[in-house]
This record gives sequence, C-alpha cells and structure tokens, in this order.
Amino acid sequence: MNCTTQQQPATNRVEYITPRVDLHHDNDQFVLEVEMPGVAKEGVDITVDDGKLTIVGSRASAERAGRTVYSERPRAEYRRVFDLDPGIDTEKISASVEQGLLTLRLHKAEAAKPRKITVG
Amino acid sequence: MNLIRYNNPSPSVWSPFDRLSSLRDLLDSAFQLASYSPSTGGGWVPLMDVEEDDDKVTVTLEAAGMKAGDFDLSLQDGTLTISGERKAESVKREGESFRSERVFGKFTRSVSLPSPVHADGVKADYTDGVLTVTLPKAEEAKPRKIAVG
Repeated sequence: MNCTTQQQPATNRVEYITPRVDLHHDNDQFVLEVEMPGVAKEGVDITVDDGKLTIVGSRASAERAGRTVYSERPRAEYRRVFDLDPGIDTEKISASVEQGLLTLRLHKAEAAKPRKITVG
Repeated sequence: MNLIRYNNPSPSVWSPFDRLSSLRDLLDSAFQLASYSPSTGGGWVPLMDVEEDDDKVTVTLEAAGMKAGDFDLSLQDGTLTISGERKAESVKREGESFRSERVFGKFTRSVSLPSPVHADGVKADYTDGVLTVTLPKAEEAKPRKIAVG
C-alpha cells in the first residue's frame, strides 16, 4: 500500500476496560463488588496509595481458540480507581474472587465509628 | 442505502386528526416502555465470542458471578442458544447503596454456528466468570486432505 504512514506516538497507550461495580453499605463495612469476567485470583492487583484504591484485573488467558468468527469480548485489562473515604481502615481491606466477581470488604476505622457518649 | 430527506411539516397542513394520531402513537410507545420490564431480560446482554478451528467451534460468553447451574444451553438447527439468570444476591441488602452498575436478571443469546457440529460431543465449562462451550465439528465439516494417487 502506498500511503503516508502515521507516526505512532512515542508513549504506548494502554487501554483499559472500566468494570461495572456495586457499592453498598453493610453494618460497619462497605462492600464493593467488581465484575471482571475472565480474571482469576492471580490476575487481580489491588493497591492502596495516597487515599486511592486501584483495582487492576488481567485476564487469565487472552488466547483465542482458533479463527475469530464473531467477536464482542474485549481483551484489554480491567482498571478502576476509587477515592477512599478517610474513615476506612486501609489495614483491614479483605478481598475475594469468585467466577470473575471481585468482592472487597472495607472496614471503617474504629475512630470513624459512631460512638455514644453518655452524660455522667 | 436510500436516504430520504426529512421534510419539515409546515403547520398549515396539520389537521386536528393528525395531531390525535400522533398522540396515540406517543401513548402506544409509552405503554411499550412500561411493559419492557427488566426482570424479563432486556437489560443484560452478556458479551460473546465465536471462534473456530479445524476440529471445533468455541463459543465464549462473559458473565461474572454466576453459578454453572444458572446456564441453559440448547442446540437446534445449527443455532446455539445460551440463556441464564443472574440472581440478585439472596442476602437482602439493608444498607445504603452507593453504586449499582451491575445488571441482574435473565438473558438469552443465540448464535448460528459457522459449521455443522456433533451435538453429542458438546462440552460446557464455567471458569472465572466465562462460559466456554466447545462444539466438535461434524465429520463432514472437517477439512480433508485428498492425496493425488
């Protein structure tokens, strides 16, 4: 083909999929559910830094089983960042993955829990 | 494709009856919207891929957070139909909800297969939120090498 090739930008832009999430409050914890079909336990990367919670999910297998006949599923990684409430105890975040659904439980720090003060 | 130019109707040609019929159309569409209930399906369209090689056709479908038993597969006239239901959590959520982007309910997806398959050999597996259906090709659909004698 005889046409001017466009120079690729120097930075490799990585595209991510924004996973769908549900976030609800359950007693004194927040439950965050993140949908990342195709991601196994080993592919989940959760980091807390500077008040931000970053979730990245890499697919267990990006291989295709032969020639593509029809394709809707993206193969990119999942990524989503949340601002953490200062009342969250970052030491106590627990996570589990089941069938591509990541469930994070974020507990409130003791200091952030409502406290009753009785008048003596 | 033929493009038909949109003619802006001039107010002088409007009759009261036209207005009435357009109101009825509007009402009809409003009721159609009302009968479009999310619990019967509409909202959720899981993404699907179809791949094939010499021996098999592979159909994958993304549906996180389900159970293997929630899927139903059927094969008829070269069309594979996958249906299922993602049930909202059985545990009642009493707390406040801040974000609900996840879609629950029923879905049905059909795909016509690119070649004849051997129905008895179909296998399905649900791992990491992806349903993989492997359909071995029928003998007559496999490529055959013919040696020149």
